[in-house]
Amino acid sequence: MSKTINLTLKVWRQKGPDVKGKLETYQADGISTDMSFLEMIDVINEKLTRDGKDPIAFDHDCREGICGMCGCVVNGRAHGPEKGTTLCQLHMRHFSNGDTVVIEPWRSRAFKVIKDLVVDRSAFDKVIQAGGYVSVNTGGAPDANAIPIPQVIAETAMDAAACIGCGACVASCPNASAMLFVSAKVSQLSLLPQGKPEAAKRALAMVRKMDEMGFGNCTNEAECEAECPKEISISHIARMNREFLKAGLFSSEK
Amino acid sequence: MNWFTNTFGTSIGKKLMMSCTGLAFCGFLAVHLAGNLTLYGGADLFNAYAEHLHSLGPLLTVAEFGMLAFACIHILSALVLYLENLKARPTRYAVNKNAGGRTIGSSTMPYTGLILIGFITLHLINFHFVDKTDRTIFEIVSAALSNPGLALAYVAAMIVAAIHVSHGFWSAFQTLGANHPKYMPIIKKAGLIFSLLIAVGFGFIPVYFSIIS
Repeated sequence: MSKTINLTLKVWRQKGPDVKGKLETYQADGISTDMSFLEMIDVINEKLTRDGKDPIAFDHDCREGICGMCGCVVNGRAHGPEKGTTLCQLHMRHFSNGDTVVIEPWRSRAFKVIKDLVVDRSAFDKVIQAGGYVSVNTGGAPDANAIPIPQVIAETAMDAAACIGCGACVASCPNASAMLFVSAKVSQLSLLPQGKPEAAKRALAMVRKMDEMGFGNCTNEAECEAECPKEISISHIARMNREFLKAGLFSSEK
Repeated sequence: MNWFTNTFGTSIGKKLMMSCTGLAFCGFLAVHLAGNLTLYGGADLFNAYAEHLHSLGPLLTVAEFGMLAFACIHILSALVLYLENLKARPTRYAVNKNAGGRTIGSSTMPYTGLILIGFITLHLINFHFVDKTDRTIFEIVSAALSNPGLALAYVAAMIVAAIHVSHGFWSAFQTLGANHPKYMPIIKKAGLIFSLLIAVGFGFIPVYFSIIS
């Protein structure tokens, strides 16, 4: 049985990157508890459009929890209150009738607000461009299992590769640090044989780029791990620390 | 920039300095606590311990200046990291909520650290930069800690130190990259036990002097 609830929304409205924004209050009445959070905003936006007002801008794409496009801070929690869930997979049944829901964009110096709840996450792309790749010469495809990789290593690398780059780690970190995102990539590639030749260069380049983009410093608060929709562990941060120290102190890379 | 500043100037490099100096302070606390336990053995034992320590002569001076250098590195890196972290989020959230990662220790590190700087200054004034010509160190300690206000401040400071260490200890290992599925749970427990030892071990000394005075 579907039931409906009435909510009060306080949504961050900001016309553009350099304009001052503020929280505006909207009434969301008759919201089906079967709706996803984004569908709830869709309903509000249709009403705003009908009233001739500017709809709330928010990022979204697959709405299946795998693309990493969506994400807002809902009542102080990145992607809302559910563990291991993206905002599109958060359902309205987790809210009660009469709740006030505060919706804010990711807050970080490195993520500029483009409009309302949409932020520019190209800082992540720049970090990836600095070293989040392996250089492979093209040619014939290698034989399967030509390079044996232990199951546990493959699984750990896959856990790190589950990162969808949504930015919730930065948003939830008290210091707006991107360590979980950067470490997921550094960790994934440093674990696998294909990533080893460039491991030292990668660790140095990605960490330096991360700092340059204006992210904060990690203080091991572990809020990122608790909020990550893919539940990526901070043990990857430790692995990146290790990789970075190895590269900085013991490799010939400068 | 050479490789050295390129490594230690980064966010991870600064954190590495925090963790190494922090672990050194943990070692110092352990030795300091072991030494202080001689207080329970009475005036003679404690004075003998202090005399033995001072007979190290130049070694002790080197250790003192080493500690001072470590403190400077720890405090300066902390200050830089703190200010950078403030700058990293120019617009704050209207609603803040923890997801369960933060602890009392981790969310208060800058403040407990600040209190500890104040305490260490007071502690050095009380027992280090003090006229020791006609009194033994046990008499100085006994006189100071039988003052209820000072005793209370010392107990409070030790609770603050324990809170600081409760996050700092495991955090230092994490920063050094020592996060292992087998050992991390042990490190975390060891950190909690160590911080409890600090709170109880040091914290009971002022209580003891209040009782015997």
